[in-house]
Amino acid sequence: MTTLISPTTSIQPLKAKAKQIRRHVLRMAERVGQGYVGQGLDIADLLAVLYFREMRYDPHNLAWPQRDRFVLSIGHYSIALYAALAEAGVFPIEEMDTYGADGSRLEMSGSEITPGFEMTGGSLGHGLSQAVGMALGVRMNSFPSRIFNLLSDGELQEGATWEAAMSASHFRLDHLFAFIDCNDQQADGPPNQIMNVEPVHEKWAAFGWDTQRIDGNDIAAIVAAIDRAKSVKDRPHAIVLDTLMGKGVRIFEEREKNHFIRVEPDEWQAARLQLEATD
Amino acid sequence: MANVANNPTVRTGVTGNMLTSDTSGAATTIPAPFGHALVRAAEQNAKIVGLTADLGKYTDINIFAQHFPERFFQVGMAEQNLIGVACGLARTGFIPFATTYAVFATRRAYDFIAIGAALGRANVKIFAGLPGLTTGYGGTHQGIEDLALMRSIPNLTVIDPCDATELSQVVHAVAAHEGPVYVRLLRGQVPVVLDPTRHQFQMGKAQLLREGDDLAIISTGLMTGRALDAAARLAEEGVRAAVLHVSTIKPFDRESVLSLIGRVRRVVTAENHVITGGLASAVADATTDAGLAIHLKRVGIPDCFCESGSIPWLVQRYGLDSDSIAVAAREALKDQRS
Repeated sequence: MTTLISPTTSIQPLKAKAKQIRRHVLRMAERVGQGYVGQGLDIADLLAVLYFREMRYDPHNLAWPQRDRFVLSIGHYSIALYAALAEAGVFPIEEMDTYGADGSRLEMSGSEITPGFEMTGGSLGHGLSQAVGMALGVRMNSFPSRIFNLLSDGELQEGATWEAAMSASHFRLDHLFAFIDCNDQQADGPPNQIMNVEPVHEKWAAFGWDTQRIDGNDIAAIVAAIDRAKSVKDRPHAIVLDTLMGKGVRIFEEREKNHFIRVEPDEWQAARLQLEATD
Repeated sequence: MANVANNPTVRTGVTGNMLTSDTSGAATTIPAPFGHALVRAAEQNAKIVGLTADLGKYTDINIFAQHFPERFFQVGMAEQNLIGVACGLARTGFIPFATTYAVFATRRAYDFIAIGAALGRANVKIFAGLPGLTTGYGGTHQGIEDLALMRSIPNLTVIDPCDATELSQVVHAVAAHEGPVYVRLLRGQVPVVLDPTRHQFQMGKAQLLREGDDLAIISTGLMTGRALDAAARLAEEGVRAAVLHVSTIKPFDRESVLSLIGRVRRVVTAENHVITGGLASAVADATTDAGLAIHLKRVGIPDCFCESGSIPWLVQRYGLDSDSIAVAAREALKDQRS
């Protein structure tokens, strides 16, 4: 018997979920003193909307064939997905304390050894292709499932992303949603200095996708964009999210190089207090 | 300028028809055994789907596409996406058969095979055309090192079928097998070497096709047909050569190989592949681990890219013909090292 997670429909409880995800991110990173904290914090709002409002899934029956699927292309964002999955009850909250530890199934760059991971991302450019395959598969099965893929702005430099983008619109996969996290940081610096990916909206639109660009840290905007996308038929949906690295924790937001953050032990208390002071 | 027509060193063959395998010397051939076998398998198993990257006609999967258009996906010239989409389909319960050429699958989409298919244990079947010297096109199209690349990936099963008989059986076997598989595809008119009423492919099992105590020829893929020819020729010289056909390169049937080598220490390997990283290396791995000293002669493509030309010309030029196997056998027998 599958028991679906009950959707949270109003904005305020979703904000509370996003804050809870951010608390979990800090808890995991503090134990190891480092990690992809900036990304974990910037994408918390999207994961709150997906895991507590939009997606149909059963945290205790993850293999339910008709589930909606979240496909994490960017494996290093796993810290945020662990937080959302723990919050949803997929695994115990305490297991987060093993993040990045030897022998843990919560790896620094996530993989499908963790329950709730639909594939192994991390080698960037794979996620959207597999999402296209999953979208074709659930359609052939006549399931109502939807596929939600999370990519990053830097990942748009991988050519395979565009092979997949081309095929998604060719196959008219209107139950496929790609979220592109534009946080303006990749390993070596800001994309516009490394290899410009803009104009992101125009690129997805040119590839035949129903495209929107929104403030990715505005929960109401995320909800509205998904609802609007669902009304568009015959085309896959790209929702470009402009986000702030480290969102909710000022000392991380203001760090110039925050792709991978090392945090001094005495900074954590300040980080927690800054997060709690946000609404 | 030299008169090419009167120059005896200039080749007389031409780069061949793209739609046929090399059938020179084959008594019997069968058209498109892969495509027809896939249709039969798909009639029995509704979960089988097909994909290609703009090579439907050239990998014989177009036959499947005609029978099951709703179960076939053309992804265009995008091999990374081909494998990625196949992995996604596998993760929703389907059994995808994806075709392209060996060069494109293994060189261009290597990361997708390694991570999407193999690490993820996705139930994906990759059928890769133009293995070794089965095309007259040059280094861009000849998949000469694919076995080495695929054999080194954990979780992946790697198969190099001998002929039309075995290729047809492999289609059914891999459909029934849970896990990612890489198969070298022979397309078009494919020779029949193995008797379909007597031969039965078993995944992971080598098969002794000919007994012999003087010498062991261990072969894979289409080289097994040439190994059998060479063994027959050697018999006329009084040399009794065993022929062990190893179509599953991974997992490697060490038991059968070591059992034969334990009796016959003079060994020739024959593969339609560079001599590094493929069958010869697998045999050397097995014998080294077992502490067996053997006399090993490796028949295969040397460490080079090959040029364009007619297939028979290339096969002879790079020493993949049955004569080359016989020559290697005689050298192995002459080897006086103990």
